[in-house]
Amino acid sequence: MNRLKTIALAAVLAAGALAMPLAAQAAGPAEKPEKLSWSFAGMFGKYDRAQLQRGFQVYRETCQSCHSINRLSFRNLMEKGGPEFSEAQIRALAAEYEIDDINESGESVKRKGRLADRFPKIYPNDEAAKAAQGAIPPDLSVMAKARGYERGFPWFIIDMLPGFTYQEHGVDYIAALLKGYTKPDEDKWNAYFPGNVIGMAKPLEDGRVEYTDGSPKTLQQYSRDVAAFLMWAAEPKMEERKKTGLRVMIFLFLLAGLLYFTKKKVWAGAH
Amino acid sequence: MSGPSTYVPKSALGRWFESRLPIMGLVHSSFIVYPTPRNLNYWWTFGGILSFMLVAQIITGIVLAMHYTPHTSMAFQSVEHIMRDVNWGWFIRYAHANGASMFFVAVYIHMSRGLYYGSYKAPREVLWILGVIIFLLMMATAFMGYVLPWGQMSFWGAKVITNLFSAIPYVGDSITVWLWGGYNVDNPTLNRFFSLHYLLPFMIAGVVVLHVWALHVVGQNNPDGIDIKDVKRDSLPFTPYATIKDSFAIVCFLILFAWFLFYLPNALGHADNYIDANPLVTPAHIVPEWYFLPFYAILRAIPSKLGGVIAMFGSIAILAFLPWIDRSKVRSAKYRPAFRTLFWAFVVVCIGLGYLGSKPAEGGYVIASQLLTAAYFGFFVVLFFLSAFEKTKPVPATIADAVLAKGGAPAPAHS
Amino acid sequence: MLFIATGAAAAVGTGATIWPFISQMSPDAATIAAGAPVEVDLSAIQEGAIVTVKWRGNPIFIRHRTAKEIEAAQKDDSARLPDPEPDAKRVQRPQWLVVTGVCTHLGCVPLGTAGNRGSYDGWFCPCHGSVFDTSGRIRQGPAPKNLPVPKYSFASDTKLVIG
Repeated sequence: MNRLKTIALAAVLAAGALAMPLAAQAAGPAEKPEKLSWSFAGMFGKYDRAQLQRGFQVYRETCQSCHSINRLSFRNLMEKGGPEFSEAQIRALAAEYEIDDINESGESVKRKGRLADRFPKIYPNDEAAKAAQGAIPPDLSVMAKARGYERGFPWFIIDMLPGFTYQEHGVDYIAALLKGYTKPDEDKWNAYFPGNVIGMAKPLEDGRVEYTDGSPKTLQQYSRDVAAFLMWAAEPKMEERKKTGLRVMIFLFLLAGLLYFTKKKVWAGAH
Repeated sequence: MSGPSTYVPKSALGRWFESRLPIMGLVHSSFIVYPTPRNLNYWWTFGGILSFMLVAQIITGIVLAMHYTPHTSMAFQSVEHIMRDVNWGWFIRYAHANGASMFFVAVYIHMSRGLYYGSYKAPREVLWILGVIIFLLMMATAFMGYVLPWGQMSFWGAKVITNLFSAIPYVGDSITVWLWGGYNVDNPTLNRFFSLHYLLPFMIAGVVVLHVWALHVVGQNNPDGIDIKDVKRDSLPFTPYATIKDSFAIVCFLILFAWFLFYLPNALGHADNYIDANPLVTPAHIVPEWYFLPFYAILRAIPSKLGGVIAMFGSIAILAFLPWIDRSKVRSAKYRPAFRTLFWAFVVVCIGLGYLGSKPAEGGYVIASQLLTAAYFGFFVVLFFLSAFEKTKPVPATIADAVLAKGGAPAPAHS
Repeated sequence: MLFIATGAAAAVGTGATIWPFISQMSPDAATIAAGAPVEVDLSAIQEGAIVTVKWRGNPIFIRHRTAKEIEAAQKDDSARLPDPEPDAKRVQRPQWLVVTGVCTHLGCVPLGTAGNRGSYDGWFCPCHGSVFDTSGRIRQGPAPKNLPVPKYSFASDTKLVIG
């Protein structure tokens, strides 16, 4: 019996020992993004409306020239849980965009955008995008959920525990990436992009976007604001999700308690 | 236990219906008066939890199907439409996706319980094999379901796994093309996976009915592994005892489910699946969902493609032979100290394989996977020999004795 | 008491869980947004013309009525109508008739092109022969009710907002 135990343990330990040195090697050359604090992180997180509005401004004035955000509709910008612009503001914004449509004769025409429309694509298809830009600038609608970085063991377990939850890998990566052009003479070199050579040249720097609410016009601020905006674009229902979650968890704990005492009462004397 | 029930309805209408379709009697004998061993612990609540999760997945799935479009040009967008526009769509989608993970958490615990307490031993061999079939159906359902959002992992996971069929000698390539409905994973594949993903859960439900029937014919196992000898002393009626205990366990499980659904909805998934599927760009690391990782590790451990496929399916098929591999007359690991050690070593091996499945197939990870795959199959080899010669602890005479030994009270009076 | 509390809690929980599954079948946000009011430029519609516009999936007939058509509609207020309704109640401005182009019998789209207007110079439904007049009221045939008037308003003399 003891021999069996020893053999079993030895086999597992050997496998573990072999795997250990490889952990460092498998991580890849890209730097890990810094873990930032976000207003929407954690069980009670909420978006910062002003930050989302600034982030949208950064997107409009910088990213939009190449990156579509096609899964977002104009009306989302005035809905609850997001930047919450006014309806008048969004009507005006939508009208600035040209949307493809068909007239009564069946011909392709462009008309002014309406609330119900989605943000139009920048390029009609991938081939056109590649021809214009050299690489295909990805759509940003779910970018904050489409990126992340490995935290390794045991962090990925700790990240799931109440009080320690960390689900903002994507936004931290985006915020870091925007500040990651650390080699001034190599404009496509980025410290955080896997493989370090990125198709996008440095999009943001200090002073690039004129904020009107007094926030610092720094690269640091821009990268955080646009990352937060992209998180909302990817998860517009996050506030509703966390709010509902709190109610559900409280209810379930109460119900579990009631059921526990009911069970004890039913089973009294039967154990 | 099985046989005509003793249930007599109180109303005349009830008696009229019962004599034509004895459903009430069936429910009464199977879920109300059904004798449940008194000494069951909470590991026995996972059957109920699994039934609940199956219904939950079916309901959330049917509702999702009202809004999902199974075409390559629209699948990803339709899922985003569900998440953004459909009333409570985000909730139903996250419930279904995280529900699948929860389903596998529950099934792995349920299978481990069976392994530990010898629930697969005579006369429960068919019950166990039905369970293996359910597990295989679950894996097929989950695999096809993951393809439906048509993200990068959906596409490339489908590509890798369907490509495995080409390993079959002579007919492999034809079978693969037949599966794909084309020369690659594309729209025909997505469409048929949607159809089958909708179908399979109902087949699972059917096999679950057989599974519960097989269970009720032989009766449940229990932590001490001894049969009910005296119904009054050794058992309790299913309702209210097991019903309330299962309800409590289900709600506790729901707390874990809700924690993931509302606060960690994407933690068990992969970020790459939020990128539209692109047949021309392969992700850096293709990984399946966590519940497939141990089998993925076994698949990649064997250098030959066909060998890997055989090993992977073999690792599940071998479970079906467990009742004949384990020759010990004693059921429960509670009284089998040697087997207990072997069991925990097996659990560690499975977790280790799962970890390795998430790593790239390079360097030391390969050798580690090979060692642990050997250990996985080694478990069954060792068990075959160990079970004939191990020293076991004495088993209590009756369930009632086992309960009283733990400091419990005699069974309460019941009809 | 404990049992009642537990049962009640379970019932509340079940009800609260069922609600999203019922609500998800109601129109989603995109559908509601797409069904928002549409604007029609009236300056392009000449007198005597009928224009069809789509709103919430249905055709809407916009008719720039001539003086003769208005007179005919108002005169028939006192005629025997299957669904009596004075013309004044069916229009906000007499020269603009706005009706939903769905026959109230079984849902076909009635014809209003020249030669296909039926004996009351309105619309003729080819499916089962219902005839509507210049106020969109049912005159002959199996349709039970007049062509429905959707919610609309005039943003200006040349801009109609339907919905």
